[in-house]
Amino acid sequence: MKTYDAIIIGAGHNGLTTAAFLAKAGLDVVCLEKNEYIGGATVSREMYKGWLYSSCSYVCSLLRPEIYRALELHKHGLQVTPFGGSCQFMENGDYFGSYHDPEEAYREMARFSRRDADAYERYSADTMRQCRLVRDNLLRTAPDPTSFKPKDLMGLAELGLKFMDMGEDAMYETIRFWTMSVAEYLDQYFETDVIKTTKSGSGIIGTALGVYSPGTAYVLLHHYMGDVDGNVGTWGVARGGMGAIADSIAGALQTYGGELRAKAGVEKIIVKNGRATGVALESGEEISARLVVSAIDVKQTFLDRMDKSDLPEDFYNRVVNFKIRGSSGKVNIALDGMPTFPAIPKGSTLYHGDMHFIDSMERMERAFDDWKAGTWSKDPYIDMLIPTLTDPTMAPPGKHFMSCFVQYCPYQIDGRAWTEPEREAFGQTVIDQIANYSPDFKSLILHYEVRTPEDIENQIGITEGNIFHGELTMDQLLFNRPVPGYAQYRSPVSGLYMCGSSTHPGGGVMSAPGANAAREILADLRRTNTVPENFGDD
Amino acid sequence: MSVQHVPLGRLRTPFYERMVKLDTLNTWHEWKGYSTPDALYCAETEYFAIRNATAVFDLSPMTKYRITGPDSLAYLNRLVTRDMAKVKPGRVAYAVWCDDLGQVLDDGTIFHLREGEYRLCSQERHYDWLITSAIGFDVTVTEETADIAGLAVQGPTSYSVLSAMGLDGLGELKVFGLMHFDFEGTELMVSRTGFTGDLGYELWITADKAEALWDALFAAGQIFGIRAIGVHALEMSRVEAGYLAAYQDFLPAKATVRNGRTRSPLELGLEWLVDFKKPNFNGRRALAEEKRRGSTWRLVKLDIEGNKAAHHSYIYEKSKNNRKEIGFITSAVWSPICKQNIAIGTVKMPHGAPGSTVWVEIYYQREMHWNRAMAKAIVVDKPFWFPPRRSATPPGPY
Ligand SMILES: Cc1cc2nc3c(=O)[nH]c(=O)nc-3n(C[C@H](O)[C@H](O)[C@H](O)COP(=O)(O)OP(=O)(O)OC[C@H]3O[C@@H](n4cnc5c(N)ncnc54)[C@H](O)[C@@H]3O)c2cc1C
Repeated sequence: MKTYDAIIIGAGHNGLTTAAFLAKAGLDVVCLEKNEYIGGATVSREMYKGWLYSSCSYVCSLLRPEIYRALELHKHGLQVTPFGGSCQFMENGDYFGSYHDPEEAYREMARFSRRDADAYERYSADTMRQCRLVRDNLLRTAPDPTSFKPKDLMGLAELGLKFMDMGEDAMYETIRFWTMSVAEYLDQYFETDVIKTTKSGSGIIGTALGVYSPGTAYVLLHHYMGDVDGNVGTWGVARGGMGAIADSIAGALQTYGGELRAKAGVEKIIVKNGRATGVALESGEEISARLVVSAIDVKQTFLDRMDKSDLPEDFYNRVVNFKIRGSSGKVNIALDGMPTFPAIPKGSTLYHGDMHFIDSMERMERAFDDWKAGTWSKDPYIDMLIPTLTDPTMAPPGKHFMSCFVQYCPYQIDGRAWTEPEREAFGQTVIDQIANYSPDFKSLILHYEVRTPEDIENQIGITEGNIFHGELTMDQLLFNRPVPGYAQYRSPVSGLYMCGSSTHPGGGVMSAPGANAAREILADLRRTNTVPENFGDD
Repeated sequence: MSVQHVPLGRLRTPFYERMVKLDTLNTWHEWKGYSTPDALYCAETEYFAIRNATAVFDLSPMTKYRITGPDSLAYLNRLVTRDMAKVKPGRVAYAVWCDDLGQVLDDGTIFHLREGEYRLCSQERHYDWLITSAIGFDVTVTEETADIAGLAVQGPTSYSVLSAMGLDGLGELKVFGLMHFDFEGTELMVSRTGFTGDLGYELWITADKAEALWDALFAAGQIFGIRAIGVHALEMSRVEAGYLAAYQDFLPAKATVRNGRTRSPLELGLEWLVDFKKPNFNGRRALAEEKRRGSTWRLVKLDIEGNKAAHHSYIYEKSKNNRKEIGFITSAVWSPICKQNIAIGTVKMPHGAPGSTVWVEIYYQREMHWNRAMAKAIVVDKPFWFPPRRSATPPGPY
């Protein structure tokens, strides 16, 4: 029987990234995917004839340009087009627009508060200062603070230097920043509720926390630290949907001679004498390899696909306690034409950006209250985007695809499975909220798909459908991600590695966990590194 | 006596009024006497219209000459370095023309409109040279820059837009081909050419029909993401496609003052445009001699590490010790489509062979302070952006 150099479990974008860099280094790799399609949460599929749905992730900013370049993803069909701005519709008929053009953005803020408009400069600089610290660590393995290895000491020293280099004030700020709520953070700059509401959204996306919960300021950063062509904080759409990202990485993988197998769900990771030696598929087939890399989340990897007896007790318990709660859903809609939003001027650039329909911090917090009570938000925070205004390929000309990301939506209702009427009601909640601001919207709906966290778990396996493969709170970041002592992509079992979003630097379509894992694996094998370095920004 | 006074100030192209309507930025500059927009909404968005949907660029200020007469082929063949006999009616040729010393006067496109009837289109003005070269040939050279309006319609949905506008049969048109259509009783010439390296066309029509053409185009293009663009966006795509710009990557020979500032086609990587087998042409002897003796300069396309654009940088052989300056960058851009830091430059021979490594000194400013980086660069011989859709015939819908 053939023995591969490495098996990668899961063809999400991170698994594919790891596989591609290993194949590029000359390793004989196979990437195994349980579904008949690849991409995991980075996927687009024809869910309605003529329409491509980006069923999970829908916008791109975090994808590291270094990786894009190193894998030559443009040669495999990837194109990321930035879109500008966003719009917050208000109950009183007004709206707050965020424009790409800084002066337009200034004037709009000043329409509500000149003071807020002026404060934006300070907010931007302070946020960018935090961003720089984080961005610098994305394509690095988190140093282990307990280790005396030169690499870790160096890494820590570098991190420390960067930190000290920020200046005394900023050091205090950083500590506060990493622990405070997004609401408190924004209160330091803005007085207008709708402006704060607009900016707070990024603090709770994918997170089982409310805008007033400590730790959400960091989540804001996680959505701000990406860039499109160096414009930090800008988001874009992948031409052909988010699946184009996974497909292009798969293209690179195959160019480097790597194998990709769909419909090959892994039932068990095989461990012999404390060493991973391969996997057993759901079909019963066994595949052996010198090492196994898991791109599925840390709970599925260690709790579902391994025997407890092969794992140290402490480690096992930490994995059990890893926070990975489902809090987001999606409603994807095929539209017969472009809906109108009478509150904003015809032809406004705001149509191209994302739209939200919630206008106060109070409403944001209430939305979270519903989740805590075990149900979906009756007045949710929706991040709605019509990508077809930017990407002409996802629907027939003149028709549109609408992606609605919904916060909050629980994994289960009161601790039990969703019923069909409940799913339907959740979908209707979303449609109704949008229809409040668009009179012709409902009449244009041709088809829609409702996705609860439970659906996401069932389809692509992510525990509780948590979009980041584990929450992005300080206790689960950097050298604590996924669990202390195992933040460098290695596991307690020799020959078994992790490379999915449960690892540093976390979730989002970023490819950084996958690339970092590949670098560590190649180092262990003493092979030439194929993973690029951070571009740097001094 | 009635004197025809020349218009003062900047001229307006036939599409000016239409562009002004869409303009939100109010930043224009001068191009051969005409006002031309840097950008109309946002250079970045406009760039992506080229790569993602359809971009429309007003190229009316391009200098245009009509060349007719029984000797037109012989004349052109004498003028330019490539063999024009191979360029049949309905075809377009990219070409360069040289002085007697084999130094490039300009580059441009020659449209073989009908048997024996050509249009030469270039950045610079050459009437003096064209007339001088016409001595002994039975040809007529007519300047028609202001009479003919031109629009570049470029991008993956451009074929869909033009089809929706009713240009039937365009699907058959190959790269560097041209076709004639009827547009409201006037002849519309469409060529599958462009400066972006993507799927795209150029539309040519008499100036009086310009606005009607624009309106029809934008009406058809609305659902395909059509956008008017300015020069900034075009410039980015031009470098990605590896095309040269006069006054940037080379100087028209007749306009240089200092010795050694001109370039031959061989030095610009355009050897493929020089046909020594065809009958005599301007600069032939000098170019043959250069080929035998070797060139002084070489044009290079560079893939530079990092993400800081290498504007105006020096090129070195080595990064440390004994650093020898071997050339300089003439065009540089961060390529959003390739996620590559790319540039076009000039180096002294024998440096810069394809595949070789050179070093580029990049200065960049961060919050007032200047930084310097020595970045490694690989010399590449292919265009940076060369998608299959550029030449697919018939083109796909997107
Ligand atoms: C609804 C939603 C919206 C999101 N929106 C955005 C967004 O707009 N922008 C953004 O940047 N991020 C977004 N995210 C986050 C981002 O999509 C994810 O963090 C990221 O895609 C995870 O990638 P991954 O490769 O780590 O894992 P996954 O994409 O989860 O990939 C894991 C793969 O493993 C496969 N698999 C599971 N079990 C097995 C098994 N036993 N055997 C074989 N294969 C298996 C799965 O089918 C899947 O293909 C969103 C996520 C969700 C769920």
